[in-house]
Amino acid sequence: METTTTKDLKEFRLETRQWLEENCPKSMRLPLKDSTDYYWGGRNASFASEDQKIWFEKMLEKKWIVPYWDSQYGGGGLSPEENNILTQEMLRIGCRKPIFSFGISMLGPALHKFATEEQKIRFLPDITTGKTWWCQGYSEPNAGSDLAGLQTKAEDKDDHYLVSGSKVWTSYADKADWIFCLVRTDFDAPKHSGISFLLIDMTSEGVGTRPIKLISGKSPFCETFFDNVRVPKENLIGSLNDGWTIAKYLLTHERQMIGGVGETDVRKAVHQIALENLPTKDSILTDGVLRPEIAELEMNDAIFEMTIQRITDEAKTGVNAGALSSFFKYYGTEQNVTRMELLTAIRGKDGLVWESENKKAASETRMFCRSKGNTIEGGTSEVQLGIISKRILNLPS
Amino acid sequence: MALIITEEQKLLKDSAAEFLAMNAPVEQFRDLRDSNYKPFNENLWKQIVDMGWTSLTISEEFDGLDFGFVGLGQVLEEMGKTLTKAPLFSSIVLGATALSNSSNQKLKETWLPMLMDGSKRIAFAQDEHNYFDPTAIVTSAKKSSDGFLISGKKTMIIDGAGADTFVVVARTDEGEPALFMVNSSAKGVSLTSEILLDAGTYASVTFDNVEVTANDRISDVGNGTVLLNQILNTASICLASEMLGIVKEAFSQTVEYLKEREQFGKRIGSYQALQHRAAIMFSEIELCKSIVITALQALDNGADNLDELASLAKAKLGKTIKLVTNEAMQMHGGIGVTDDVNIGFYFKRARVLQRLFGDYNFHLDRYARYHKY
Repeated sequence: METTTTKDLKEFRLETRQWLEENCPKSMRLPLKDSTDYYWGGRNASFASEDQKIWFEKMLEKKWIVPYWDSQYGGGGLSPEENNILTQEMLRIGCRKPIFSFGISMLGPALHKFATEEQKIRFLPDITTGKTWWCQGYSEPNAGSDLAGLQTKAEDKDDHYLVSGSKVWTSYADKADWIFCLVRTDFDAPKHSGISFLLIDMTSEGVGTRPIKLISGKSPFCETFFDNVRVPKENLIGSLNDGWTIAKYLLTHERQMIGGVGETDVRKAVHQIALENLPTKDSILTDGVLRPEIAELEMNDAIFEMTIQRITDEAKTGVNAGALSSFFKYYGTEQNVTRMELLTAIRGKDGLVWESENKKAASETRMFCRSKGNTIEGGTSEVQLGIISKRILNLPS
Repeated sequence: MALIITEEQKLLKDSAAEFLAMNAPVEQFRDLRDSNYKPFNENLWKQIVDMGWTSLTISEEFDGLDFGFVGLGQVLEEMGKTLTKAPLFSSIVLGATALSNSSNQKLKETWLPMLMDGSKRIAFAQDEHNYFDPTAIVTSAKKSSDGFLISGKKTMIIDGAGADTFVVVARTDEGEPALFMVNSSAKGVSLTSEILLDAGTYASVTFDNVEVTANDRISDVGNGTVLLNQILNTASICLASEMLGIVKEAFSQTVEYLKEREQFGKRIGSYQALQHRAAIMFSEIELCKSIVITALQALDNGADNLDELASLAKAKLGKTIKLVTNEAMQMHGGIGVTDDVNIGFYFKRARVLQRLFGDYNFHLDRYARYHKY
């Protein structure tokens, strides 16, 4: 017998499907070419196209910018089942995300878990409307893999904190409105115990940024400088000196994001590109080295997806999957780096094009360069392997 | 369908683990080997039959349990952990699968009950070459007045010695591969045995104009390739289940060793060179778990991409079992290459399992062809 719930869900699916068909512009169903296709929102928001604007505003009106957050924070209030359906239906016709936002994927979950109600009311709605572009201030010039060694200090000045120091690898700090930051509030405590989690307005006096040019030729990251910046005390999230707890929680989300967990796969299969570029006999690739490399990559891609599914299913039965985010991050990014390296080999001379009328080729070469950062950002592969060996395998220190 | 085992399947897995730890620990494997390579313990086989493991995948129509391959896979995984020797794979996974997928009702009615109660055993005779190649069948089945005459030479037959009957793959006059039941004591059948690296007994059998009746034909006309493929897929997925057990056990013993063994005044598991390699193995094993459960479920659901999943499973487990058993040997150091400890048994068994029903290269190629490259 069909329960009311499953019937409701069926209706929800049909309505959603119809709504998306009617409201998602055709050009917003094409795969993203590169970062210029992303909409980031923020105080100085600008749309790359009219369709992008229409799509964002339609979704905003529907409260589907963050469909699964509570409506009191501007979310859509969808149940996990409904949210799944919406995701599936968007994937089905290839809808782009209406906005790319670290506020949604990273800060939001941390605020939900650690912020006071007042802070939630203050910060979450501007995420769900895309009004605030958030960036993340974690790494420092001398605190990369050893993140907890960070030195940016926040001094207690009674009615405010005075922040001094610098951050590095801040994504889009030059464009962002606010930054969520790890700062040292106790220099005498063991390094993990003297860190706090602070939100800072990027327009505050004393904040400066400088873009970092990458080997891809692009500058998605910045250095961020704090020169005696006054930060109101109500911008502290969680308890003083307990920021590492929030940092770890948030890194779990970041690792899953970089590892590609839950991301749609709109990429063309590597073997398709190989068939278009390499010699074949009876429509089978004749390159005796690349062919098995492609097959191994695609086999591991397929099984990695099954693994995400399996671990999600196990988590529903109460198995704790927390430490596995390191596995996801490690495996997902290693796969991506292998994929980009293979694609470059398959594309021959085109795989080396840097500036050319062939814009697609140039863009792909730059993406290849960019991919080299995947196994470094968000904790290097080596850091992840260390976490697996200590937290999961319980190997001794 | 969720990629997890059900409560019932979990119960079966736990009871299998408990039973094997008690009745068939790795020491039994060592004893059998040291008893002139005895193929298996007869008493254990009786107990396995009594527990119903031989009936798990047989249809209720023949008084089987119809419990499915996910269940059998859990048992095979546990048997992998303890390196338990029993003709479960040869007689049930191969023999019974050949019959279950046949439309020859008489053969099914006669044989399936005897396979389940363990009174008879079937061995599967397919390989003819040094390398696995299911397309390269030379053995012939020539039409005779009231049946066929089988001639050819088969090799690497698992549990071939002692089997009552062979399922023989032979090419008919029309050139199609077909499957036949051939009595092991029939005139013209001669058998020799070899012991392979895993201390297992593998038979080579010559069939010299062996007479079989028309009713001994398992596969229908035009259906031989499909049936053969079904057996190949089932075998690959079930082998992958056993390999998963070996991978998990060899890894777990190795991690324990890393926590105990001290050198330079520290436990060797504290050295990053070993930690990272252990973590890489952990990651690969996570993938192995996922493909094995996916493929077992697909086998029970009759999924239409079984070719793809079977090759994924056998390839992934083939690659990982090589990695893990090699690392297990290396991380155990000198003691690992002695016969005093058991870790070498896993390495030896792994190499044979890698080869059976197609190695990594075979299945990688089959996977690529499935996706048309």
